[in-house]
Amino acid sequence: MSPHIILRVVSKLLIPMIVIFGFYVQFHGDFGPGGGFQAGVIIAVAVILYALIFGIDEAKKAVPPKLVQWGSAAGVLLYAAVGLATLVMPFAGEAVNFLDYDALHPDQSHHAGQHYGILLVELGVLITVTSVMLAIFYAFAGRVPDIPDEEW
Amino acid sequence: MSGADLTQFLDYTLIAMLLAVGFAIVRLRNLFAVVMLTGVYSLLSAAWFVSLDAVDVAFTEAAVGAGISTVLMLGAMLLTAREAEAPGRGRHLAAMLVVTVAGMALFFAIPDMPVYGAADSPANSYVGASYLERTPNEIEIPNVVTAVLASYRGYDTFGEVVVIFTAALGVILLLGFNTGGARRREDEE
Repeated sequence: MSPHIILRVVSKLLIPMIVIFGFYVQFHGDFGPGGGFQAGVIIAVAVILYALIFGIDEAKKAVPPKLVQWGSAAGVLLYAAVGLATLVMPFAGEAVNFLDYDALHPDQSHHAGQHYGILLVELGVLITVTSVMLAIFYAFAGRVPDIPDEEW
Repeated sequence: MSGADLTQFLDYTLIAMLLAVGFAIVRLRNLFAVVMLTGVYSLLSAAWFVSLDAVDVAFTEAAVGAGISTVLMLGAMLLTAREAEAPGRGRHLAAMLVVTVAGMALFFAIPDMPVYGAADSPANSYVGASYLERTPNEIEIPNVVTAVLASYRGYDTFGEVVVIFTAALGVILLLGFNTGGARRREDEE
């Protein structure tokens, strides 16, 4: 039986809420403060809290290091892919600049292209920031086997 | 007392608390307390940014400065000692000289700064004003900060994401990923 039963119960209640708040920050970034950077950090913090309370090995089971490694690169690639997509999709018959989201959707009355573009690049930022924060945490925390009891 | 005076009172209180925490961080030798106080410092700065109406910056400061840096610093602290060594008693004349000159230069620069909240300050004119005017027509999203970050300055944000990716790459190359130093030593024994 773990001596940190209150910490465990409270963090089990809190972690899903932290993740949902992270997604709220991500997808509400067009309307209020927030965006990919902040949301990525918040979601990473949820996993790090899990690792602190339940141990780094449990966290690595939930979010494998391989996923983190691939995620770090996938976010950057998604961002770059949006830029390349705007290059190859001509807008109103003309080629546009790298990351000019108007090319992504022909509907100019509501600027749908801009909305799609911002959504996609923010998703890329989210994936990279979450993965990178977890990668750095795994790299540091993996060097200490477990937090000894006298440190609590 | 008018509303503006109250806001200024709040600003001065927060700055005074920041100064106090800063001195405490410099004076303390217990590293755990220092790590916690850096988190407090970030949270106080975030509160100050809210008072300055920079909500997005405040959000980032609270999430990154008070949240994840504190955890990473705690993780780093677990690998080292719990107490910092007391500094030597020797006098550092060169350091004193550098600090004095730099401080005087900063005070010398104060009159060149725009007045707090000035409508014609560089940050409020030129492109800043232009983004505020153009965003409702060109992007049609309410948060101008997101419009500037993700669309007008999408190129810069791409650079930032690459920088973050490079940071992870550097840490992974230096520290390894799945096999930490402590574990590997255990396996060898």
